[in-house]
Amino acid sequence: MKIVALVKQTFDSEAKIALEGGKIGRQGISLIMNPYDEYAVEEALKLKEKHGGEVTVVTVGSDEATEAVRQALAMGADQGILVNPGTEDIDESTIATILAKAVSGLEYDLILGGFRAIDDGSAQVAGRVAEILNLPVVNMVTKLEADGGKAVATADIEGGSAVMEVTLPAVITAQKGLNEPRYPSMKGIMQAKKKPLKKIGLGDVSLDASQVAAKVKVLTYSLPPARAAGKIIPGEPAEAAAALAKALREEAKII
Amino acid sequence: MNFKLTEEQELLRKTVRDFAENEIGPKAAEMDEKEDYDWSLWDKMADMGLTGIVFPEKYGGAEMDYVSYALAVEELARVDASSSVVIAAHTSLCSWPIYAFGNEEQKQRFLVPLAEGKKLGALGLTEPSAGSDAGAVKLTAVPDGNDYILNGTKTFITNGGKGDIYVVVVSTDKAKKHRGTAAFVVEKGTPGFTFGKKEHKLGIRASYTYELVFENCRVPKENMLASDGDGFKVAMATLDGGRISIAAQAVGIAQGAYEQALAYSKIREQFGRPISANQGIQWMLADMHTRVEASRLLTLHSAYLRDAGEPHTKESAMAKLYAAECSMWVTVKAVQIFGGYGYSREYPVERMMRDAKITEIYEGTSEVQRIVISNSILR
Repeated sequence: MKIVALVKQTFDSEAKIALEGGKIGRQGISLIMNPYDEYAVEEALKLKEKHGGEVTVVTVGSDEATEAVRQALAMGADQGILVNPGTEDIDESTIATILAKAVSGLEYDLILGGFRAIDDGSAQVAGRVAEILNLPVVNMVTKLEADGGKAVATADIEGGSAVMEVTLPAVITAQKGLNEPRYPSMKGIMQAKKKPLKKIGLGDVSLDASQVAAKVKVLTYSLPPARAAGKIIPGEPAEAAAALAKALREEAKII
Repeated sequence: MNFKLTEEQELLRKTVRDFAENEIGPKAAEMDEKEDYDWSLWDKMADMGLTGIVFPEKYGGAEMDYVSYALAVEELARVDASSSVVIAAHTSLCSWPIYAFGNEEQKQRFLVPLAEGKKLGALGLTEPSAGSDAGAVKLTAVPDGNDYILNGTKTFITNGGKGDIYVVVVSTDKAKKHRGTAAFVVEKGTPGFTFGKKEHKLGIRASYTYELVFENCRVPKENMLASDGDGFKVAMATLDGGRISIAAQAVGIAQGAYEQALAYSKIREQFGRPISANQGIQWMLADMHTRVEASRLLTLHSAYLRDAGEPHTKESAMAKLYAAECSMWVTVKAVQIFGGYGYSREYPVERMMRDAKITEIYEGTSEVQRIVISNSILR
């Protein structure tokens, strides 16, 4: 089975986000593979271990994203492709267009990706890739079996779950709970540098800047309001309770 | 001069850090409290290849360098010193002498399962009146046909009891002193080889420390490393490499305590502001950070020398000496910054302070390191 895993490098989930000049500051932020994409890579490796085949990891990003691809290779993926768009002026359609082009040059039975990235959280890219490649898509999958031209996936739906069958090739997006991603092994880390990692640009996937120009522009970013300090209402229990009820109604306006 | 880690070393560090924080961190306090190790962690470390980092692939290792090994030990110790000593004693004190002095058959029999983490290793060197003075070992091995008969005891043996494979330094001819020593590989379960009492310790309490007892224990001659007379040589060479991993462990403990203290100083408020706003605390943190970094550089430099095949006896002694004393100093300061909470077992810094002390003692005390260093500069 030939599997493609789509990955994105994101800020560390524990990073403290600050705004610098209206943009999200990168100072002192460490970068990780998007955790949902880690589930996708792990699932791809499990399927490869079960059925044989190969796993190709594809990402769009700057040279820094090499680290995320190497991690996937160290986990056990066979090869990596990093497409550097050469601009930061990108949106979900940009990324999906590039990924779809890069993937269309590969042989594949299944495309896996995280259902969303933990940074912008738009949850658009994998679905868009499926649309461009004219493939079916099952989102937010927590259990997957794939073999012989079809896949059976258990997906989260509002208030419950659904088991779906889909013909391959298809795009499947990973939800938390799909698996426990492995840690790269020491041998895997040593082997990762010997595995092919193609770093290419837009021209190499027959695209030019005008075809991938961002259509959505972020106007402003804002941080959630800082949590205000708590307030202690002193006094006898009965009086304090009355004061609390009053404050909840008149100040906080929640009752 | 190049101080940049390679891409593989960076990925190894990140991987071991994630593993230590996610898998070991939540268990560290409980393992310390119970004075017991959760050996399911060993299986996970074996799966990742942390049990044979520096050995060639053909012997089941990951074929990484000593810089990588030092980084891995540091990252384990940053979260849990006991886990780092399990790996360090297994790798540097048992697997390494078999790799360096064993013949091919011994490597296949012992090193491969050790490196793959199927077996746990330990070194039996210290006795009630021998240790750094390895020539003074009293445990005797007397030839008998194709075997040797071992009699005597070893004390304070890290990974003892749980370990499957032991490198044991013995005396074959008392009159020849250190030239009358040999090193044997003895497997757990060999008749006449039993365990005495388990030590209850100040720190690294999750790590097992046992007495080894040999009573007419028959060990075949093919289990001898190198030749009869080489026991002292095996012990000294083993301690040279062991010092790098203990230095790395000391760096890790100090780094962990420093990070805890730094974070706590920013959230603990007194007199209406975080204590990190006080210059007294700021200077403590600056000194802690500086010393940890200096320890790390000494440690990675000695690992680099070993990788380059350069002499490193003095450098690894300097790294161990400085890093161990730094680790003790930094962890005491960390407890101080935490104040009353630092003294409480609710927070990890008192454990780190107890754990740090051993790095000034085992695999050669700080005083022995000073002897090694001064011997080297006064020669």
